[in-house]
Amino acid sequence: MATDHSRIAARLMISPAVLLLLGWMVVPLSMTIYFSFLSYNLLSPGTEEWIGLVNYEFFLTDPAFFAALGNTLLLVGGVLLITIVGGVGLALLLDQPMWGQGIVRILMIAPFFVMPTVSALVWKNMFMNPVNGLFAHLAKFLGVAPFDFLAHAPLFSVVIIVAWQWLPFSTLILLTAMQSLDQEQLEAAKMDGAKKFRRFFHIVLPHLSRAITVVILIQTIFLLSIFAEILVTTNGGPGYASTNITYLVYAQSLLQFDVGGGSAGGIIAVILANIVAVFLMRMIGKNLEA
Amino acid sequence: MGSIKLENVTKSFGDVAVIPPLNLEINEGEFVVFVGPSGCGKSTLLRLIAGLEDVSSGNIYIDGADATGIRPARRGLAMVFQSYALYPHMSVRNNIAFPLKMAGMAAAEIDRKVMGAAEVLNLTDYLKRRPGQLSGGQRQRVAIGRAIVREPKAFLFDEPLSNLDAALRVNMRLEISELHQKLKTTMVYVTHDQIEAMTMADKIVVLRKGVIEQVGTPLELYRNPANLFVASFIGSPKMNFLKGKEAARHDAHTIGIRPEHLSISRQEGLWKGTVGVAEHLGSDTFLYVTLADGSQVTVRAAGEVELSHGDSVYISAETDRIYRFGPDGLALK
Ligand SMILES: Nc1ncnc2c1ncn2[C@@H]1O[C@H](COP(=O)(O)OP(=O)(O)O)[C@@H](O)[C@H]1O
Ligand SMILES: [Mg+2]
Repeated sequence: MATDHSRIAARLMISPAVLLLLGWMVVPLSMTIYFSFLSYNLLSPGTEEWIGLVNYEFFLTDPAFFAALGNTLLLVGGVLLITIVGGVGLALLLDQPMWGQGIVRILMIAPFFVMPTVSALVWKNMFMNPVNGLFAHLAKFLGVAPFDFLAHAPLFSVVIIVAWQWLPFSTLILLTAMQSLDQEQLEAAKMDGAKKFRRFFHIVLPHLSRAITVVILIQTIFLLSIFAEILVTTNGGPGYASTNITYLVYAQSLLQFDVGGGSAGGIIAVILANIVAVFLMRMIGKNLEA
Repeated sequence: MGSIKLENVTKSFGDVAVIPPLNLEINEGEFVVFVGPSGCGKSTLLRLIAGLEDVSSGNIYIDGADATGIRPARRGLAMVFQSYALYPHMSVRNNIAFPLKMAGMAAAEIDRKVMGAAEVLNLTDYLKRRPGQLSGGQRQRVAIGRAIVREPKAFLFDEPLSNLDAALRVNMRLEISELHQKLKTTMVYVTHDQIEAMTMADKIVVLRKGVIEQVGTPLELYRNPANLFVASFIGSPKMNFLKGKEAARHDAHTIGIRPEHLSISRQEGLWKGTVGVAEHLGSDTFLYVTLADGSQVTVRAAGEVELSHGDSVYISAETDRIYRFGPDGLALK
């Protein structure tokens, strides 16, 4: 893009894509903002009227909102913790030379290709079911009472399911990063008297920091809007125990038919996501600089 | 402190034998250079000494004690890698301090040693920088700094200058030689560059395909190469080899004459030839001459010689500096 001419040409050429994306974003966003100021219930069509910030007040003072906010953060934080720690561990294992490496790696990625609804249902019915689930059988075999995961630890169960889906992603990215580590650095550390643990903390982990940052940023975006796994397992319950903001917005607009309240929730979710993004970039963004 | 002895050491990767049984003694305080073409097993040999590779058989003794199965850090050797292998996320200071921290040394003591090394290597102004913000020569010095703070029994260098440009290489060559004079520590230095070997070594070990072809001081190798390989490898420009009638006149299969032992004249001489390319360096002139029988020889003439492409010349050799080789490639006495 050296000359003015090529710069203008470049702008012209990307403008259709930019306009399309902009429209794609602006239209729904402005409609959502507009709806969020209306009293708009699908049960009483034709009675929409401008009510200002009432929807926001209603949503923000709802006790369910704070429960959902906490759940959202726990869900994101829990899954990130499991996938990063587990991902680093698995990447370390998969990086070892072993027989059948190729096949093991493909098997590793497999969970990522299973649809969220399907994997959540598999977990719900085949693993966590208190009567027929694998865990229940295991508990009976060991002589302890089966644990009803989805009833007694609903949020934890959702975290486990989602973490299982995302573990391959983080493992794969971290494995690639690990393989790009210069072996001579490890050998130099060996000669410098660093044993395995210290080599990991002083050499490997700092080398992975950029990849870990990428995993955190990408996963956070997707984890803030987890929905399918909650819908097919716990329906947000019991009570609000496993309701996150996304699910709360859904419940507001499509279970209570309150489009106005749901829209206000949606806008609040957008603002929260931006706050999280700013915090993340502040905390770990410097890892991305060269 | 700092003698190394290899006894019947072998190394195979899978079923490829890279080092056949090899014996070598490196004396205390010596500057030993392993030299040989790429892929001849120099790095492998160095890594065996360092303990980064296990020997397939044989023993390695350091200061008389068997070090064969001992892990790298315990051998008391320091290595400077070709890629420098600096820790990119640490400052220069922390890079140099790393081995001391791993050894659990007190912070004040570490600081003193790091400052000492930085002063010797002219790195004092760069201690806060990351390796990525340094030039090639500075990185090289950090790598050396990281090695010297450990006060090792011996330094191992694996082609440390091959990533530097020509001018810097000459500088660093001098600096490493000076370092050796100052520290008097054993140094084992690997290179494929015979000039580095000739200029730095107390003792040169010439390797080919994992086999030691000859061991000796630079001048011993220059004066009495044991075979054709050493003769062609040591010396620059390369030794000229003549076969056939000329060799037979000296009762040899092949004779070798170094370019600097040939003289060139327009009027008279032993062999007649035509100048091909003439390289005028100022201090020297290298002439590539085609002889009447078609063989090519390189001639070094001192100073500025006004000869150029196509000139007819006569060439003579100093008769007492003709090397003779038998059909098996070994030097004849
Ligand atoms: N880890 C390894 N696995 C298999 N072969 C190796 C390994 N390391 C070196 N080699 C082989 O050993 C030979 C000597 O290599 P090396 O010691 O690196 O040579 P040099 O340093 O003299 O260029 C080469 O043929 C190389 O292919
Ligand atoms: Mg090498």
